[in-house]
Amino acid sequence: MDKPFAITLDVGTSRANKTGAWRTERPVYTDRLSPCNGACPARENVQSWLYDAEEGELGYERAWRTIMRTNPFPAVMGRVCYHPCEDACNRGQLDEAVGINSVERFLGDEAIQRGWRVAVEAEPTGKRILVVGAGPSGLSAAYHLTLLGHSVTIHEAGPMPGGMMRYGIPRYRLPREVLDAEVARILDLGVTLNLDTKVTDLTATMTEGGYDAAFLAVGAQLSGRAYVPAGAAARVLEAVSLLHELEQGRRPLLGRRVAVYGGGNTAVDVARTAKRLGATDALVIYRRNRDRMPAHEDEVREAAEEGVLFKWLSTVAHVDAAGVTVERMELDDSGYPRPTGEFEQLPADSLVLAVGQDSDLSAVEGVAGIEIENGAVRVDRSMMTGHPGVFAGGDVVPDQRSVTVGIGHGLKAAGAIHAWLGAGSPATEEPAAPADFGTLNTWYYTDAERVHRALLETVRRRSTFDEVVQGLDRSNALFEARRCLSCGHCFSCDNCFSVCPDNAVVKLDQPGAPYLIDLDYCKGCGLCVSECPSGAIQMVPEDI
Amino acid sequence: MPFPEVKFYQVGTFAAGNRLLDPDRRSVQTRSDRANSITSGHRACQGCGEVLGARYVLDAAMRATGGNVVAVNATGCLEVFSTPYPESSWQIPWVHSLFGNAPAVASGVAAALRAKNRPDTRVVAQAGDGGTVDIGLGCLSGMFERDDDVLFVCYDNEGYMNTGVQRSGSTPPAARTANTKPVGSEPGNVFGQGKSVPLIAMAHEIPYVATATVAELHDLEYKVEKAMSMRGARYLHVLVPCPLGWGSASRDTIRVARLAKETGVFPVFEAEFGVVTAVSRIRRRVPVEQYLQLQRRFAHLFGDHPRPDVVARIQAGADRNISRFGLLAGPEDATEPSGN
Repeated sequence: MDKPFAITLDVGTSRANKTGAWRTERPVYTDRLSPCNGACPARENVQSWLYDAEEGELGYERAWRTIMRTNPFPAVMGRVCYHPCEDACNRGQLDEAVGINSVERFLGDEAIQRGWRVAVEAEPTGKRILVVGAGPSGLSAAYHLTLLGHSVTIHEAGPMPGGMMRYGIPRYRLPREVLDAEVARILDLGVTLNLDTKVTDLTATMTEGGYDAAFLAVGAQLSGRAYVPAGAAARVLEAVSLLHELEQGRRPLLGRRVAVYGGGNTAVDVARTAKRLGATDALVIYRRNRDRMPAHEDEVREAAEEGVLFKWLSTVAHVDAAGVTVERMELDDSGYPRPTGEFEQLPADSLVLAVGQDSDLSAVEGVAGIEIENGAVRVDRSMMTGHPGVFAGGDVVPDQRSVTVGIGHGLKAAGAIHAWLGAGSPATEEPAAPADFGTLNTWYYTDAERVHRALLETVRRRSTFDEVVQGLDRSNALFEARRCLSCGHCFSCDNCFSVCPDNAVVKLDQPGAPYLIDLDYCKGCGLCVSECPSGAIQMVPEDI
Repeated sequence: MPFPEVKFYQVGTFAAGNRLLDPDRRSVQTRSDRANSITSGHRACQGCGEVLGARYVLDAAMRATGGNVVAVNATGCLEVFSTPYPESSWQIPWVHSLFGNAPAVASGVAAALRAKNRPDTRVVAQAGDGGTVDIGLGCLSGMFERDDDVLFVCYDNEGYMNTGVQRSGSTPPAARTANTKPVGSEPGNVFGQGKSVPLIAMAHEIPYVATATVAELHDLEYKVEKAMSMRGARYLHVLVPCPLGWGSASRDTIRVARLAKETGVFPVFEAEFGVVTAVSRIRRRVPVEQYLQLQRRFAHLFGDHPRPDVVARIQAGADRNISRFGLLAGPEDATEPSGN
């Protein structure tokens, strides 16, 4: 017996007692789908790049590179995207959604300012791909296909690249130097861009150029038709052509009083543009009410601030030199507008029609297998048309029409083209379970009110094309990024490691896999799950 | 809030750790090299608040003293589930004697260390509410009176839990226990009995008295660290929900503790030499129902035969705490407790 004074027995450790045997459920680390990611038409991993950006100077470039994996236009997106991510953001149920769009713009602007670039790392595949149209969708596809090692040529009918980003979105929303910088970055990867090159026969162009596949993204550049009885001296213009002309430096003759017919973003853009061109009155005439207007609420609000007026529940019955005659409408139970037979005369020097846009699909007319329905090209789930090797995306396919949706189509089509060429397998990930608000423990998040971007003063908005929405600066962009709740993803807060009464959470200090459950001792109490702020752990039943 | 808040870092200091925060400002519990004063394999129930509280307190004390702590334990759950012969979960020097004498044993250990001129070795005594509020109160009062150099920690789970959930002097009014049945016109534990040992400790005018819960880790660690920086008799009262005795889900232990504070049922404060110096303010105030309904010991107040009158009396008690300690306003508005 070689024991200290008063010690007579050996002491064993309680670690001999494997309390894991008590367990009926076990905690499992899990990644859920953040609402922002689920809502992004461009399939950005928003949660992931905000996580990077939360680190500030050390993380901004990483964050930007995460965006660039799916979307080559962060600075454009941060201005023109209608951010469905923010509508879905769980923080909206706590105080106000994270300003994802403003952080994206900050990162995009940082990249331009600091000259961050991406590089093609894939081996050349030797495949040649034709992209028709240098709009958001075509440029996005060209970018991703180039990164995958393919040789890409874009044929663009117009004199400049950008598509609706240039010809549809006025420069007070998207300054052209920002657009040019992001387009140039794509072209610098080695994409060949042929301007003023309209494709009239896709199969012929493909054969001539020896292309292995094609992506059709000609957009919807034609003004939609609406029959408006017009007197001889009436001045009637089309919205798309007007914005197009203006972009090429030609000021349209609109007069002092401008009426715009339509309820979409283009109608609002034209009215705001008219104000800037010197119109005293800019009036948007729409057949339904504001709640049912397709234009984004931010745009409508900004337009109203600039003095744009709205005439709801009205259709244009007649237009002549004196002005526009509108008929008052009422909505039936299903929200469809019904004429009332009451007419009203509104003074106007010109009427701009913004009643939808159509695609010029002459390039694919008669191409075997391609089906066109209601002015749109039918595609399968991989964005391929009925003609093998010809894919389509953006405004030419039936989907929502926005820059972001188009960019998403480009990404999706690029992956599908890559797979179709036998160079990779199509993405078939099962979507993760959603990270609903109820999976979060919001107690742990610091109270922090959203930072809103400043707007240009109204006087300058009425007379210049200067950018309306201002950006965030270094400090408040970081603050805004840190408002992110990281829904559904571990962000290494150490709560699980700390709250386990049985020391059964092991901290690995490894990126990507910070913790491990020690199942020898985990009793399955579920405290780690309850106290995980972001809902990144779940209990699963044991097989008993 | 006595614990200094940090500027905005996503989870600030609400969560245990925070990758954006300087490692020194993260809680002791986030450290891979924490002492784990009580290790795995103990027989505490699933989701036990007491073992969590004990690890939080002792690991913080170990860190504050450079690993130079002796723990004295009263009889109770903590002692029973950690040391069934021949096993021990303690990874620090640990002494157990009887139920009611932990303060006296701790005084003796402190005296021995003084006699051996070992001022760097510090003494922490710990007990449940039984060993503090009821059985150990005489010894504890003596320890306070002599100002012995001991930090005494009460892990308050509001009853005698390992013997089958009997009432203690810390059991709240209306709670069901084995001997306060939910029957009759005044179901559960009676109103107006029991006592607040933190206020009793303050009446001894000892250097430091504080309350805390297992729901606010940074606050709890801050209080332990502060206590270990002082000499003389110090008292820390930690609310530790008991899933078994309270009838709450094992996963809800921390949530229940958080609601005890956010309703005002359990005031969290600090006092020095008998004067309240700081309170933890309520962040998201909620009615007591949200706290009570998570616990089956209060189930007889709801359901088919609800007792809104009894709930209202509990709410009145919480409201009294709120005004008495200034739990909504700044710490400067706290009125000094009269001790009654």
